[in-house]
Amino acid sequence: MTAKRAAAGVLLLAVLVAPLVPMGGIRQYVLHVVIQIFIWSFIGNAWSLMGRFGLVSLGHGAFLGVGAYTTTLLWNFYGLTPWIGVVAAVAAAVVLALVVAYPCSRFGIVGHYFGLVTLAVGEVIRLLLIAERDWTGGSLGLTLKTAGDASFKAIQYADKRVFYYGALVVWLGGLWVWHRLDRSMARAAMEAIGEDETAAASVGIHVSRFKLAITSLSAALTAVGGVLYAQYIAYVNPETLAGVGVSLRIVFAVVLGGMYSVLGPTVGTALTISLSEYLRVKFGVHYIGMAETMYGLVLVIFIIFLPSGIYGTLRDVLRRPRNRATAQA
Amino acid sequence: MSGLFDLVVNNPLLLAEAALNGLLLGGVLALLALGLNLIFGVLDIVWIVYVDLAMLSMYLIYFTVQVYGWPLILGAVAGVGLGILLGVGVHLLIITPILNSPPVNQLLATGGLLFFIQSLATFLWTTDHKSVRLALPTLEIAGMFVSFARLIAFGLAVIVMIGLYLFLTRTYIGTAIRAVSQDRGAMALMGANPQKVYLVTSAVGGALAGVAAALLIIQYSVHPYFGAAFGPITFMICVLGGLGNMVGAFVASFIMSEIISIGGVAFSTEMGYVIAFALFIVMMFIRPSGIFSKRQ
Repeated sequence: MTAKRAAAGVLLLAVLVAPLVPMGGIRQYVLHVVIQIFIWSFIGNAWSLMGRFGLVSLGHGAFLGVGAYTTTLLWNFYGLTPWIGVVAAVAAAVVLALVVAYPCSRFGIVGHYFGLVTLAVGEVIRLLLIAERDWTGGSLGLTLKTAGDASFKAIQYADKRVFYYGALVVWLGGLWVWHRLDRSMARAAMEAIGEDETAAASVGIHVSRFKLAITSLSAALTAVGGVLYAQYIAYVNPETLAGVGVSLRIVFAVVLGGMYSVLGPTVGTALTISLSEYLRVKFGVHYIGMAETMYGLVLVIFIIFLPSGIYGTLRDVLRRPRNRATAQA
Repeated sequence: MSGLFDLVVNNPLLLAEAALNGLLLGGVLALLALGLNLIFGVLDIVWIVYVDLAMLSMYLIYFTVQVYGWPLILGAVAGVGLGILLGVGVHLLIITPILNSPPVNQLLATGGLLFFIQSLATFLWTTDHKSVRLALPTLEIAGMFVSFARLIAFGLAVIVMIGLYLFLTRTYIGTAIRAVSQDRGAMALMGANPQKVYLVTSAVGGALAGVAAALLIIQYSVHPYFGAAFGPITFMICVLGGLGNMVGAFVASFIMSEIISIGGVAFSTEMGYVIAFALFIVMMFIRPSGIFSKRQ
C-alpha cells in the first residue's frame, strides 16, 4: 500500500509541475491534449457511475449539451457569470435526468431499451439545439462572448495553464466522487439492482430512489464537464456536445479503459485521445478520415479481445488469481 | 401547434402531399426496420451499424452506375450482393467472437464498426454528396406533386416485404428463424443448428439493407453521414413496433414517417424528428414492448 501511495504521489507531483517545465513551442499543444484528457476523463468517469451498474446510457451527450448551452446562453444573452450559470446548468441536467429516469425506473426499462431511450433523448437535445437556431446558432454553433485575455468572471483565460489546473482539480473531484460511491452502501445496493431488480426490491432496497439518485449524480457531473469544455474551447456546437456521436465516444473511452475501476475511464480516455491526436498529427490534413478509421478499427478489436477494458485486464493479470473473481464483479 | 393548424386550415393540399410523401418514405424505412428487427429478434443484438451497411451498398451502386456506367438494375443487384456479404461478414468477424459477452459489448462492437465505416467513407470518398441521377418525372396527382422515383421505391419495398413474409412463413429456414426469435433455448433442444440460423438471418438482414440501399439511392444522395441520419430513426421504429415483432415494425415505420413528413412541412425538418423521437420516448413508457403488445 505504501509503495502504491508513493507511486501515486510521484505521479501527482509530476502532473502538478508539468506545465512549468519549459517545453518550447510544443508546450501549448501538449497542454491542450492533457486538458482534453482531464475533461473527457471526468465526463467518462461520470458516465461510468451509471454504466458500471448496468444503466448503460447512450445519450450522455444530452447532459453535456444541456450543461454547455445553459452557461453559454446565459453568458452571451444575459451576461451571467458561468460561476452561477453552472448551477443552472447542473439543475437543468438533473431535471432532464429525472424526467427520463423516473419513467424508465417506474416502467422497468432496462438493458437495450434503456440504451435506446437515452439515445433518443440525446438526439432530441441535438435536434432541438439545431432547430432553435435563433438563439443557439443551429448547426453552426455559438462562440462565447469574449471578455479579454484573463477574466475570472467569464472563466476565460488565454493562458492554458489556468485551464490545466482547473481541469486537474475537477478531474480529481470526479475520482473522489467515484471512490466515495465505491466505498458506500449505495454501491452494494446498486450492484444488487444491476443484478436483479426484483430480488433487490425484495430485500428492502428502494430501487427507484437509488436509480434516480445515481442518474442525477451522473447527469450533474456530466453537465459540469460540458460547462468546463465549453469554457475552455469558448465555442459550442450541437454535433460535438450532443447527439449519438459524442455519446458513443464517451462510452467507448470508458469501455476501452474498463468501467469497473476508478482509473479505467481515465486510462481509456487518455488512450483514445492520444491515439486520435497521434493519428491526426501523423496523417494530417492529407488523409482526412484516416485517423478516425483506425480509431474505429482499434475500438472493435479491443472490445472483442479485451472485454473488461485495458486497465481492468491489466489489473486482473497483475492480481493474484484468488482476487480475480471479485475484480470482475 | 400554429404551424400544423395553419397547414390543416389553409393548405390542405400541402398536408395531403406531405402525408403521401410520408407514406412513400415509410415503405423504405420499413424495409430497413424489418431487416434490423429480424436480426434483433433472432440474435438479440442491436446492430447500431445497420444503416451504415446500407450506406456502403449505396456507394457501390453509385460507383457502378455513375462511374462505370452499369445499368441501374445490375448496380442494384451488386448492392444487394454486397449487403449479403456485409451481413455475413459482420456476423462472422464481429458478432461470433463475442456472442456470449454482455449485450453492451456487442452493441459497442457494432458501434465501433460504425465509426470505422463512417470514417473510411470520409477518407475514400470525401464528404461530398453523391447521387444517381435518374431522369424520372414528377407526377401530378390531383394537384399534388409526387416524385416517380419515390413511387417506384415504395412499390418495390412492398414487393420485397411480401417476399420476406413468404420466406419467413413458407420455407423451412424461415420457420426456423421465427422459432429462434421466439425461444432460443428451445430451438437448440429441437435439434436445429442455431449457428446456421444466425448466419442465414444475418445474410437476409444484409440483403434487406442492400435492397433498401437500391431504393434509397434513387431518392437521396449518399454521404458518409447517411447512416447517422437514418440510423437512430430505424432503431426507434424497431423498438416502437416491438423488438422482433415484424408487423409492429411495419406499422411503426409508417407512423414515424408520417410524423417526420408532416412535422417537417408544418414546422421544420428537425422538429419533425424531435416530435417523432419524443413520441418514441413517451410510447416506451406506455408500452415498453411495442405498440402491439398486450399491456401487462
